[in-house]
Amino acid sequence: MLLHLFAALVAAATALLIFAGGLVTSTGSGLSVPDWPTTYGWSMFTFPFEKWVGGIFYEHSHRLIASGVGMLIIALAVWLWRAEPRRWVRRLGYLALAAVVTQGILGGITVLWFLPDPISIAHAGLAQIVFCLTVTIALVTSPRWTRGTPAGDRILQRIAPATTVAIYVQILVGATMRHTDAGLAIPDFPLAFGQLVPPIWTTGIAIHYAHRVGALLVALLIVATAGHVLYHHRARPELWRPSMALLVLLVAQITLGALTVLSTKHYMINSLHVVTGALVLGTSLVLTLRAFRNQLVSGAEAVRVAA
Amino acid sequence: MTRRIATVALALLTGVFAAACGGGSQETAAPPPPVENPVDPATAGSVAGKVTFEGAAPKLSPLRMDSDPNCAQQSATAPDESVVVGGDGALQNVFVYVKDGLGSLRFPVPSTAVVLDQKGCRYVPHVLGAQVGQRVEVLNSDPTLHNVHAVPMANREFNTGQPIPGMKHIHQFTAREVMVPFKCDVHPWMRAYVGVLDHPFFAVTGADGSFELKGLPPGTYTIEAWHETLGTQTQMVTIGAKETGTVAFSFKSTP
Repeated sequence: MLLHLFAALVAAATALLIFAGGLVTSTGSGLSVPDWPTTYGWSMFTFPFEKWVGGIFYEHSHRLIASGVGMLIIALAVWLWRAEPRRWVRRLGYLALAAVVTQGILGGITVLWFLPDPISIAHAGLAQIVFCLTVTIALVTSPRWTRGTPAGDRILQRIAPATTVAIYVQILVGATMRHTDAGLAIPDFPLAFGQLVPPIWTTGIAIHYAHRVGALLVALLIVATAGHVLYHHRARPELWRPSMALLVLLVAQITLGALTVLSTKHYMINSLHVVTGALVLGTSLVLTLRAFRNQLVSGAEAVRVAA
Repeated sequence: MTRRIATVALALLTGVFAAACGGGSQETAAPPPPVENPVDPATAGSVAGKVTFEGAAPKLSPLRMDSDPNCAQQSATAPDESVVVGGDGALQNVFVYVKDGLGSLRFPVPSTAVVLDQKGCRYVPHVLGAQVGQRVEVLNSDPTLHNVHAVPMANREFNTGQPIPGMKHIHQFTAREVMVPFKCDVHPWMRAYVGVLDHPFFAVTGADGSFELKGLPPGTYTIEAWHETLGTQTQMVTIGAKETGTVAFSFKSTP
């Protein structure tokens, strides 16, 4: 149980880190600390607090939170290695550790190379993978994971992962939009230059429009998945709870996306849009993993729980 | 087999990283600049004129500096210098230079440095010019820290920290470029523009909108006026020996 609580704490810290990363991009502070891993020549842990001014506040906070999350994931990986009997769960810990180390290096490289779009987008995409790994570890170390009868619903096992993958792709398109500065390439909402389809096309407009079309597709998939669960699995709280959460988060996320455009990218709204995207992905992943619980919980584990 | 796949993947990844940071470009060594000015002072003329703004000057809101208490202590706001119009429509901060007409003439690089100061959490001056190879000194005269981030297209990008007041960063541009934007990511309202040329015939308009390009050899020149938000304009002018050609530019806001 303690391991599960710790894993949940790590997942929450990772979501906070994604929010902090969103603030860095939204405030344009990514290069306000020009050196890495040092901060203006100081060790990042001894950089004087009175110098956390302007954009440095966001960039330096992001680095410190990232260091904290990195340490938490090291502790989680060690804990899993020492205490977790399932080999595949231990491997998830090692994978999370490798991913967070890679993520740190990508973060450093993107600063030293002046934020090249491919590296910055990869940094944003890998952040979601790290978050998904921590969510997965928190879920499968929960005592409830092995209790009860698995769902075994073939339809759910098709649409839930499709929804999760679609959300991740949508997040990647969103990251591309952010890092290519196309967030306001279409300045109005819900229409595009007053029309359903933009009358003119540039790379920025195409990326932005793809994100809007993607949002529509993801919304349809979420509604379909949640609708399926609420119709067929009303007696299974482990399925309908994440489904309800998905619907609520979807409404919040679309609202935040609209407000991001209408507020001409207010940094706080923009950052909340980023972290809510991660929460939508994480919730969809939880539902997906629970849909596959009958395959993920091995026979040995089921027997042990039954005994 | 696995090792082979890993090697190929690593090579691809390295290629992507190299492409992302522009690692493939190579600079060819240029011949050293001459010591003597090739223009005969006995025949040298000049081009002078004024840059004006047509219509009512835009009313720009001052820029808040409260994200850094050290800046706010000096002044709560900084003026928005994106369009500065003085009396009689005089347009300030326009970079005027000889764009074409000097042929193969090459000019010595000044031994004196041009200074870009960070004072009151603003770049002073807002627009300046320098020659290729000339020292550009970026000073930090503020009681706070700045990062100096040049974002050129033809030259090498750099981003350096100045955490201690009084620090100085010296840079020499290697290629002609109009203009090189400078910014401070700590204080996002800070912007400056440096015009880098391979000759000394450039000027920045002052409060009266006037400019003068002195020491030009007789000839026909393309003169360009660059403004950070209003765009560029060009005019042709011909000057004879000891003559002063006159050029006037008039900018207006684009709808």
